[in-house]
Amino acid sequence: MSDTVSIPPRSTNPFAGLMSGTVGPVFVVVLAILAIWYVAAVALNTPFQQDMYKRGSQTDIPVSQLISDTLAQERPVLPAPHQVIEEIYKTTVLKKITSKRSLVFHTGITLSTTILGFFIGTGLGILLAVGIVHSRVLDKSLMPWVISSQTIPILAIAPMIIVVLNAVGISGLLPKAMISTYLSFFPVTVGMVKGLRSPEVMHMDLMHTYSASRLQTFWKLRLPYAVPYLFTSMKIGMAASLVGAIVGELPTGAVAGLGARLLAGSYYGQTVQIWSALLMAAFLAGSLVALIGFLEKLTLKRMGMAT
Amino acid sequence: MLTAAEIEDGLEDAMKEPSPVIDIENLSLTFQTNDGPVHALSDIDLKIDEGDFVSFIGPSGCGKTTLLRVIADLEQPTAGSITVNDVSPEEARLNHGYGYVFQAAALYPWRTIAKNVALPLEIMGLSKAEQQQRIAKNMELVNLAGFEKKYPWQLSGGMQQRASIARALAVEPDLLLMDEPFGALDEIVRDHLNEQLLELWAKTNKTVVFVTHSIPEAVFLSTKIVVLCPRPGRIYDVIESDLPRDRTLDIRETPEFLKIAHRVRDGLKAGHSYED
Repeated sequence: MSDTVSIPPRSTNPFAGLMSGTVGPVFVVVLAILAIWYVAAVALNTPFQQDMYKRGSQTDIPVSQLISDTLAQERPVLPAPHQVIEEIYKTTVLKKITSKRSLVFHTGITLSTTILGFFIGTGLGILLAVGIVHSRVLDKSLMPWVISSQTIPILAIAPMIIVVLNAVGISGLLPKAMISTYLSFFPVTVGMVKGLRSPEVMHMDLMHTYSASRLQTFWKLRLPYAVPYLFTSMKIGMAASLVGAIVGELPTGAVAGLGARLLAGSYYGQTVQIWSALLMAAFLAGSLVALIGFLEKLTLKRMGMAT
Repeated sequence: MLTAAEIEDGLEDAMKEPSPVIDIENLSLTFQTNDGPVHALSDIDLKIDEGDFVSFIGPSGCGKTTLLRVIADLEQPTAGSITVNDVSPEEARLNHGYGYVFQAAALYPWRTIAKNVALPLEIMGLSKAEQQQRIAKNMELVNLAGFEKKYPWQLSGGMQQRASIARALAVEPDLLLMDEPFGALDEIVRDHLNEQLLELWAKTNKTVVFVTHSIPEAVFLSTKIVVLCPRPGRIYDVIESDLPRDRTLDIRETPEFLKIAHRVRDGLKAGHSYED
């Protein structure tokens, strides 16, 4: 018998290191998406391109020519990634921010609506949750309304909110922000109700032995306990708020904002413009959610709850 | 003006034995559940005097924790009477008349140890200076001085439980209620904390009510051991310990200790119905 322990051979897979971090896997996924996108772009744009060849009575077009043509159409069914990137570059870096054709200008409009709606929504969500947690009557009467409010299609109710608010003289940012609020208060309410109710029985008993008032129990126990829940629901709320802002821009006559860009793009068949607005919206949502994630880490660290 | 008779009455009152810290008479508690009523406590009679260290011992389901919770006004009895510091448990709670130590430390993870000890003091509305003074004093008392700025997760289980004892003591109650405080700790830590608890008790001269299911722990700590048995939860035996108040862990080897432990074990055996 020998005492030596057999050491497993080191992995010889050259990609093992690549996939160990977070950059590697993300990079691979992005590559995969781009590949699928290009293949889909070629496939979807080919029928139109072949029509063009037929009309010009061009025959014997080599495949390489066909592929490069499908990726360079002016109004493709599905624009290629590089077309969208080029459009984004042109409308962000090369245009002045004040220009109506600047994507930064439109993103800014949507961003301000999103943020305003998000803050009102989060505030409203927290208020509702506090009421629901502390009052049985509110719990019974409000919660069904809160839930059913989200079963109404937002596209149906958005124009009515805009029209009604306009009729009472409220216009500009606020009506659109109301739609953001409508979507973003819900996850905050649900998350905060759960969070405010999450303290363990022992922690609640402890407050009882101190004869703490409901207010003291709220500030010293329930609220700190709910903080992680609040951040999680704020991330969902922020994304929902952006969707609300874009939907809110659709029926307003479509003057400005990412929603307006989407609408104008679809009127004139400007698919490249639509996709660039879509990508911008996705980028915006990602950044905002990441920002909340950063604030969450910072807050929990300050509270001593994260290592 | 007081009449002679009244003065005599007053004198008589003063001469009398001090009234017990906890006085329980004919107390019962029945929980209404979907499976019918559960008799958690039945006809409990118990007096606990000032300065006593009383242990409730019994198998699970005997109501020892429930009885402690009744004293702390965390449960309401359905019959009988109980006074704590001569008033109802509710009034005693409102007067901050007791400190309660739970099975787990139940420290708030977002508060440092010092801030956790400060929690009841903040609720009582004490001044910052008074809070600081009480935190320092009680952290010292449980040998946690120097750990004020640590968060609970940075401490071992035993240290966390000591912090929770400091938190209970910070209220400066004459009565300390402890619900299996060392149940989750290993035996070595538990022995150590038991010794520290006795020292603390000698130093502060508090009345302690201690729930446990460990016979050596109960006998080692207590001046009075209350043996409870289940279905319905009732007192089977009350043992006055004649061990000296000043004890060390070595006392567990003495015949006197073993005699009491034997009586507790007998009580637990006899009181426990083995039909299940």
